[in-house]
Amino acid sequence: MSKRGERAMVPDAEFRSYYGRPILKEPAWKTPDVPAYLFLGGLAGASASSAALADVTGRPALRRIGRLVAAGAASASVGALVHDLGVPTRFLNMLRVVKPTSPLSVGSWVLAPFSGLTAGVAAAELTGRLPRLARLAGLAAGALGPVMCTYTSVLLADTATPAWHEAYRELPFLFAGGALTSGAGATLLAAPVDQCAPARRMGWVGTGLELAASAVMERSHGITSEPYRTGRVGRLLRVGQGLTVAGGVLSALGRRRRWVSAVAGAAYLAGGACMRFGVFDAGRVSARDPKYVVVPQRERLNGSR
Amino acid sequence: MTQQDAHTPRMGFFTDTSVCIGCKACEVACKEWNAVPTKGMDLLGTSYDNTGGLGADTWRHVAFVEQPVPVPDAAGSAQGADGMRWLMASDVCKHCTHAACLDVCPTGALFRTEYGTVVVQEDVCNGCGYCVPACPYGVIERRESDGRAFKCTLCYDRLGEGLEPACAKACPTDSIQFGELDELRERADLRLANLLDAGESDARLYGRDPDDGVGGDGAFFLLLDEPEVYGLPPDPVVTTRDLPSMWKHAGVAALTVAAGVAASFLGRRS
Amino acid sequence: MAECHPVGFQWVMEAKARGATVIHVDPRFTRTSALADRHVPIRAGADIAFLGGLINHVLTGGLDFREYVVAYTNAGAVLREDFVDTEDLDGLFSGYDPDGRHYDTTSWQYEDAQAAPAAGDRDQWSQEDTESHGAESIKASAGGQRYGSGGAALANKPQIDETLQHPRCVYQVLKRHFARYTPELVEQVCGVPVADFLAVADAITRNSGRDRTTAWVYSVGWTQHTVGVQYIRCASILQTLLGNIGRPGGGILALRGHASIQGSTDIPTLFDLLPGYIPMPQAHQHEDLDAFVAADSGQTGFWGNMRSYAVSLLKAYWGDAATRQNDFCFDYLPRITGDHGTYQTVVDQIAGKVKGYFLTGENPAVGSANGRMQRLGMANLDWLVVRDLTLVESATFWRNAPEIETGELSTDRIGTEVFFLPAAAHTEKSGSFTNTQRLLQWHRKATEPAGDARSDLWFYFHLGRIVRDKLAGSTDERDRPVLDLAWDYPTEGALAEPSADAVLAEISGRDAAGRPLDAYTQLRDDGSTACGCWIYCGVYADGVNQADRRKSRTEQSWVAPEWGWAWPANRRIIYNRASADPDGNPWSERKRYVWWDAGQGRWLGADVPDFEPTKPPDYLPPEGATAQDALSGTDPFIMQTDGKAWLFAPAGLADGPFPAHYEPVESPVDNLVYGQRTNPVRESFPEPANRYHPFGTDVFPYVFTTYRLTEHHTAGGMSRALARLSELQPGMFCEVSPALAEERGLRHMEWATVVTARAAIEARVFVTERLRPLRIGDRVVHQVGLPYHWGVDGITTGDSANDLLAAVLDPNVHIQESKAATCDIRPGRRPRGPDLRALVASYRRRGRVDDEDRPEE
Ligand SMILES: Nc1nc2c(c(=O)[nH]1)N[C@H]1C(S)=C(S)[C@@H](COP(=O)(O)OP(=O)(O)OC[C@H]3O[C@@H](n4cnc5c(=O)[nH]c(N)nc54)[C@H](O)[C@@H]3O)O[C@H]1N2
Ligand SMILES: Nc1nc2c(c(=O)[nH]1)N[C@H]1C(S)=C(S)[C@@H](COP(=O)(O)OP(=O)(O)OC[C@H]3O[C@@H](n4cnc5c(=O)[nH]c(N)nc54)[C@H](O)[C@@H]3O)O[C@H]1N2
Ligand code: SF4
Ligand code: SF4
Ligand code: SF4
Ligand code: SF4
Ligand code: SF4
Ligand SMILES: [Mo]
Repeated sequence: MSKRGERAMVPDAEFRSYYGRPILKEPAWKTPDVPAYLFLGGLAGASASSAALADVTGRPALRRIGRLVAAGAASASVGALVHDLGVPTRFLNMLRVVKPTSPLSVGSWVLAPFSGLTAGVAAAELTGRLPRLARLAGLAAGALGPVMCTYTSVLLADTATPAWHEAYRELPFLFAGGALTSGAGATLLAAPVDQCAPARRMGWVGTGLELAASAVMERSHGITSEPYRTGRVGRLLRVGQGLTVAGGVLSALGRRRRWVSAVAGAAYLAGGACMRFGVFDAGRVSARDPKYVVVPQRERLNGSR
Repeated sequence: MTQQDAHTPRMGFFTDTSVCIGCKACEVACKEWNAVPTKGMDLLGTSYDNTGGLGADTWRHVAFVEQPVPVPDAAGSAQGADGMRWLMASDVCKHCTHAACLDVCPTGALFRTEYGTVVVQEDVCNGCGYCVPACPYGVIERRESDGRAFKCTLCYDRLGEGLEPACAKACPTDSIQFGELDELRERADLRLANLLDAGESDARLYGRDPDDGVGGDGAFFLLLDEPEVYGLPPDPVVTTRDLPSMWKHAGVAALTVAAGVAASFLGRRS
Repeated sequence: MAECHPVGFQWVMEAKARGATVIHVDPRFTRTSALADRHVPIRAGADIAFLGGLINHVLTGGLDFREYVVAYTNAGAVLREDFVDTEDLDGLFSGYDPDGRHYDTTSWQYEDAQAAPAAGDRDQWSQEDTESHGAESIKASAGGQRYGSGGAALANKPQIDETLQHPRCVYQVLKRHFARYTPELVEQVCGVPVADFLAVADAITRNSGRDRTTAWVYSVGWTQHTVGVQYIRCASILQTLLGNIGRPGGGILALRGHASIQGSTDIPTLFDLLPGYIPMPQAHQHEDLDAFVAADSGQTGFWGNMRSYAVSLLKAYWGDAATRQNDFCFDYLPRITGDHGTYQTVVDQIAGKVKGYFLTGENPAVGSANGRMQRLGMANLDWLVVRDLTLVESATFWRNAPEIETGELSTDRIGTEVFFLPAAAHTEKSGSFTNTQRLLQWHRKATEPAGDARSDLWFYFHLGRIVRDKLAGSTDERDRPVLDLAWDYPTEGALAEPSADAVLAEISGRDAAGRPLDAYTQLRDDGSTACGCWIYCGVYADGVNQADRRKSRTEQSWVAPEWGWAWPANRRIIYNRASADPDGNPWSERKRYVWWDAGQGRWLGADVPDFEPTKPPDYLPPEGATAQDALSGTDPFIMQTDGKAWLFAPAGLADGPFPAHYEPVESPVDNLVYGQRTNPVRESFPEPANRYHPFGTDVFPYVFTTYRLTEHHTAGGMSRALARLSELQPGMFCEVSPALAEERGLRHMEWATVVTARAAIEARVFVTERLRPLRIGDRVVHQVGLPYHWGVDGITTGDSANDLLAAVLDPNVHIQESKAATCDIRPGRRPRGPDLRALVASYRRRGRVDDEDRPEE
C-alpha cells in the first residue's frame, strides 16, 4: 500500500484511471460570462463600499464614481449570470428558496438587493433626487459590498473541482484583494488625482492581500496547486500579478500625473480580470485531468490508513 | 399522491460488478424509459465502451476494463502465460446521503424524495449549472441542447407505481439490484464475504460505508479493483462538508475588505 | 453466450453462484470468458480435435458411465467387416467416391442389419436423380436437419455385444478412432496447452456420472464450419459416453439465433423439409404416399408412424379435398429436384436461372457469406420482393451496393424490379416464439403496425386469397392445389389480420369432429385427424392456447411445466427416460427426474416422461413389432429406430459415421491428424465470384473469424437502424493482438484493410489482449476478429465482413463456413473506386487463386 502512497508523493505521480478520462465534470459555466461575473461582483462590491465611505467622509467625486461603477458593474454581473443560465427565463427561480448550503442562492439573495440598491443610488446620484434616501441606501449597499467581494470565492470553492475546493481558505482573500484593487482601479481611472489617496491605499491593501493569498494557494496544496502554477493558467496568473503590482507602483508614482494614475487603474482592473480568468480556468484544468482527483484522494486514503 | 409516510424506507441500488456481463441493457432500458436522447456516434476505442461516462445523456454507463492478470494455475501450469480479465461495471448516480448537487442547487430543483433518492425537477431547474462541478462523482451534467441539468432519477416515476427502475429490470444477471438500502447492504456484505473466501482478494464495496465522505451512497457497488480503475473517485467528499469553514473564511475576508476600505478612507486627506 | 444470449446467460450466472464451474472455449476472450472460471483460447476451426481429445481421455481412462453406455447407446453394436475407418484410409472413411466427392454409406451399416435401401430411403436421392443432377445433389439431399426431431431411419436393429469386447463393436472402433487425439495432439492442432486441456478434461469427467452432470452449450461458433455437424456429433459422443443426455443438468444445448429460429426449423423455411421434419418429397422417387412413407412405415421407433403425421398434415393443408381416394392430395405437394439451398440459388441467379426472389426478414447483402456474390445475384433478377422492417441493404443494393462504387454495377443497368413491402414487427402482431428449449411462448400484439406495415401472416394469407380469387373458375389441373387449399382463416380488426390463434389451433390439430387433439399419439393415417405439425400436436389442447400460459415458476414445480408449452407433448427434457437406470430407478437421488413406479405401473416424474407412460422397464418387443412397440423398456431414445443413442452413426450423415478433424477450407496450417486435409465432401461453389484460397499460399497468412456483438443484431436491419443501439457500437472494427499489430504495423483506432480473394474491406483497429496468437504445430497463428454487422444503410455504416468470405458449406445442413478463413491485413484505408478491385486482383495473382476448388494442394 505504501508503495502507491510514495508514488503519489512525487509531483508527476503515477496513478490509475479509466483511460485517462476525467472523473469530474468540468464546470458548465461559460467564459467570459462567469469569470466576468466574478470580476464585476468584486468591482461592484468594493466600489459600493468605497462610495459609502466617500459619502460619509464627504468625498463627492469618489462617491459619484463609486456609486456609478457599483451600479454598472452590479447590473452587468446580473447580466452575465443570466446570460450563463441554461434557461435564462427562469432566472427568478433563484429566488424560489433561500438555501444557506448554496452559495449561489446566498449570492442571489445578496446580489438581488445589492444590485437594486446600487441602481437606485446611482439613479439618485445622477438625478440628484432623494439624497437622504440615497445615502441610506448607499450605506446598505456599502455594507453588502464586502460580501459581494468574497462570496464568489465560496461559489467556486463549494464544488468538487479540486483546484477550487482545496483553495477554499485562500480564495476569499484572493478575491477580497482583487476586489479592492479593482475598486481602486476604477477610481484611479476616473477620479482626479488629488482625490485618489483612499483609492491608492485601497489598491495597496488589495495588492498585498492578493499576493499573499496567491502565494499560499500556489504552494500549499501539493499537486492540486499545480494548475495555478503551470501552463496557460500559470502564465495568465503571473501576468495578472504583474499587472497588479504595476498598478500599485504606478499609483504611487502617479500622485501628480493623471495619466499615470489612470494607467495604474487600468493595470489594476486588467490584473483583477486576469486573476479571475486564471482561477476559473485552473478549476477547469483540474477537473479535466483525473490525476487531480485520484492522487490527492489516494494520499488521503493512504495517509489515514 | 405518491407522498408516503415518513417511514418509507430508503431505496437504492447495489450494483454487483462481479456478475456484470457488459450487455448494456441497463443503458438502453434507461434511455428508452426516460426518453434520454442519444449521445451520438462516437467510436472511442476504449474497449467496448463507446459511451465514455455518465452525463446529461447517459444516466447509466457501463465501463469496460481490460487487464492482464496472471493465469489461474491449471494443475501445474508453469507456462507463465499471462491471462487477462475484463472488468465490466455499470455506473449510475450515487444518490448520496450528503448530496453536493442537491446542497448547492439554488432553485430547489434538486430535491430528496420520500425514497431518499435525489431527483431534478425539470420544470424548476434554471440551468445555473452549479450542481455540475459540485458532484464529486462527475455525474450530473447540463444538456447543451436544452440548458437544464439531467441525471438518473432512480426512476422516480416507476417507484411511485411500485415498479423497479428500468435499468434493474433489464439487467439479466442481477448485477443491478434494487431494494431497501439496509437490506442491500446486508446482501452486499454477504456477497463480499463469499468472494473474499473464493480468493477474489481485490473485491471491495464502494460507497457502502455510511461514514465515508458523502455519508454513504444510495447506489453503491461491489468492485474488483480500485475505484479509479473504473473512473470512480477513490475517496469522494461532499464539498459542503467544508462549507461552514468556507463561509467563515469568506466572512473574515469580507471583514478584511471592509477594514481595508475603511482604513483607506480614514487616512489623512491628501 | 453472454454476448449473444445475455438473457439466458443469467442462468449460467445463477448456476455459477450455486457452485457450477463455467468453462469457455473460444478463439477470443469475450464477455462470456470474462465471467467464466476458465477461458480456453482455441484456434478457430479446431474443436473436433479438442473434443476428440476429451473423448480419448474418457475412453483411455475408463471414465465413461459404463452402465449408461451399455444400456442406452449403440456401443455394443457390431459393425460390418467392410467398414474401414480413417485410421486406415488416412482421413477418409470407406465408401468414398473421389469423382463424385461423396460417400456410399453402405459399409457404415451394422453387421447383418439390412442397409436402408436407396430407393425410398429418407436420406438418398433416387438413382435417376443422381444421374441427372450429378454428385452435388447427393450431398445436398443428405439434409441432416431432417433429423431435428429424431434420428435417421435404419431398417434393422443391430447385433449387440454387451461386453463391448468385440473388435468390431462400436465401442472398440470408437476407441481406436480417437486414440490418436492425445493431449499433445490437441496442443498441436488447437493451440491449447496440455495443462489447460487436462484441466478441462478433469472438470467435465469429475462432473459427470450418477450424481453429477455436465452440459455443453454451443451456438454458431460450432456450426458454421464445413464440419459443423460433426462438431455437434463429437459433443454428442462425449456426452453420451459420460451419461449426460436425457438427464437434468446435462445435454448439448444449441443456443439458437433469431427469436423463433427453432420454430422456423420445426415448421420450416427450409427447401427440403415439411413441418415436423417430414422430408419434402422428391420428383420421380415419391410417386405416391405409400412410396413416400415406405422408408419409415413398418419401422421401429416413433418415426414408424410417419404415415399418420403425413396424412394429418395433408388434411390440414387441403381439408375436405384430401381423401383416401386421392391419396390425401399427396400429388399436390411440390417435389424437389435438387439443391435449392440459398447459396445454390444465388449461383443460379448469377447464371440467370432464377428470375424472382422473395426476401422475408433476411438481408443476404450483408448477412450471407460472400456479400458481393449475393448482390451480383440480386442484380441479375427480374424481380425481387423484400419484406422487412426497414430499408435494408438487400432492398437498396441497386443504388448503393459497394459494386456501384467500384463500377462493376451501375444503377441504370440493373434490371431487377425491387418491391419493398414494410413488415410489422413482433410487437405489432400476435404469435408464438419457439425457443432453444423447444418452448413455445405466445406474444400478443402491443400496438397496431404503423403505416403500410403488415404482418407476414397478413401478407401470405391475403396473397393466397388474391391468387385464389384470380384463379377462381379455372379448370386447369395445375391450379387445383391452390384452389383446393383449406384457406379459410378468420380475420380480425380494421386491417383484416388473420387470427394467429386460429393458425396455432390448426397446427395443433383436430379430429374429424373438429375437437382439438391432445397429443400426437392421437394422429391417424385414415384422414380422421388434421394436424399442421405433428410435433406441435397438443399446443392447443382443450381449445386452450397452451403457449400462452404464464404461471410463475414460484407457483409450480421447479420444472415449471405450466409456463408456455414445449414440443413434444410439453416435455421439457427429451429422452428423459435416460435419467433413470434400466430398472427405472433414478441414477441418484440428486439427479432424480423421471422414474418407474411399479405400484402404479406408470412412469412418474417432475417432467412429462418421454416414454410410453405404462411401458414397464422390463418390456421386450414381441417378434414383428413395429413403430414404438418395437422398442424395449430400456430404449430411451424413442425417435431412433433402435431406441439407442448413437456413438456411431450408421446413417444420416454425409461426411462420416464418426467425426474426424479436418482443417477449414482456408487454413494456414496443414492437417496434423490425417493426410486428408479438409472435409472431402464439403459443398463448394467454384464460381468466379467465389474463389477459394489455395492451401500453402503465404499471401493470406492470417486466420479470421466473424462474430456478433451484443449491441448489434446480425445483418444490422434491427440495430443499425436504431440510434440507441448504434451509438453503443458506432463503427466497424477488427480485433488484433498486440503481436499481430506489431508484425503488420497496425495502430489502435487507426484504419486497417483486410483482404481476401473475394474482397477488401476496411475497419478501425482495436489492439487488444483479448486476441492471442496461438502456437499451432511449429508456427504461430495470428487470428483477426471481425464483427459482421455492418453495411451501407442505417445510422452507423461500415464495410461488411461477409464480403471477405467465400461460400463453402457443410454437406449435411448446407451451413456456410463463416467462422474460419484466411486473410491478409494491412494498415490504412482500402482503395476507393475501381482501385479496390485492382487490389483484390493483385492479391489473387500473388496468391495463385484460380477458379478451382483445390484445397488438397
Ligand atoms: N446481441 C446479439 N444476439 C444475438 C445475435 C446478434 O446478432 N446479436 N444473433 C442471434 C443469432 S441469429 C445467432 S445464430 C446466435 C449466435 O450466437 P453465437 O454463436 O454466440 O454468436 P457468434 O458471435 O457468431 O459466435 C460465437 C463465438 O464463436 C467463436 N468461434 C469462432 N470460431 C470458433 C471455433 O472454431 N470454435 C469455437 N469454440 N468458437 C469459435 C467466436 O469467437 C464467437 O465468440 O446469436 C443470436 N443472438
Ligand atoms: N460472417 C458471418 N455471417 C453470418 C453469420 C456469422 O456468424 N458470420 N451468422 C449467420 C446467422 S447464424 C444468421 S441467422 C444470419 C442472419 O442473416 P439475415 O437473416 O440475413 O440477417 P438479419 O439482419 O437477421 O435479417 C433479418 C431481417 O428481418 C427483419 N425482420 C424482423 N422482424 C421481422 C418480421 O416480423 N417480418 C419480416 N418480414 N421481417 C422482419 C429485420 O429487420 C432484419 O432486417 O447471418 C448469417 N451470416
Ligand atoms: S452522485 Fe452526484 S449527482 Fe448523484 S446524488 Fe451524489 S452528488 Fe448528486
Ligand atoms: S442546474 Fe438546475 S439542478 Fe443544477 S443546480 Fe442549477 S437549478 Fe439546480
Ligand atoms: S434508475 Fe432509472 S433513471 Fe436511473 S439509471 Fe436506472 S433506469 Fe435510468
Ligand atoms: S444490464 Fe446488468 S449485466 Fe448488462 S451491462 Fe448493465 S449491469 Fe451489466
Ligand atoms: S434480444 Fe430477446 S432473445 Fe435476445 S437475449 Fe434479449 S430477450 Fe433474449
Ligand atoms: Mo443465426
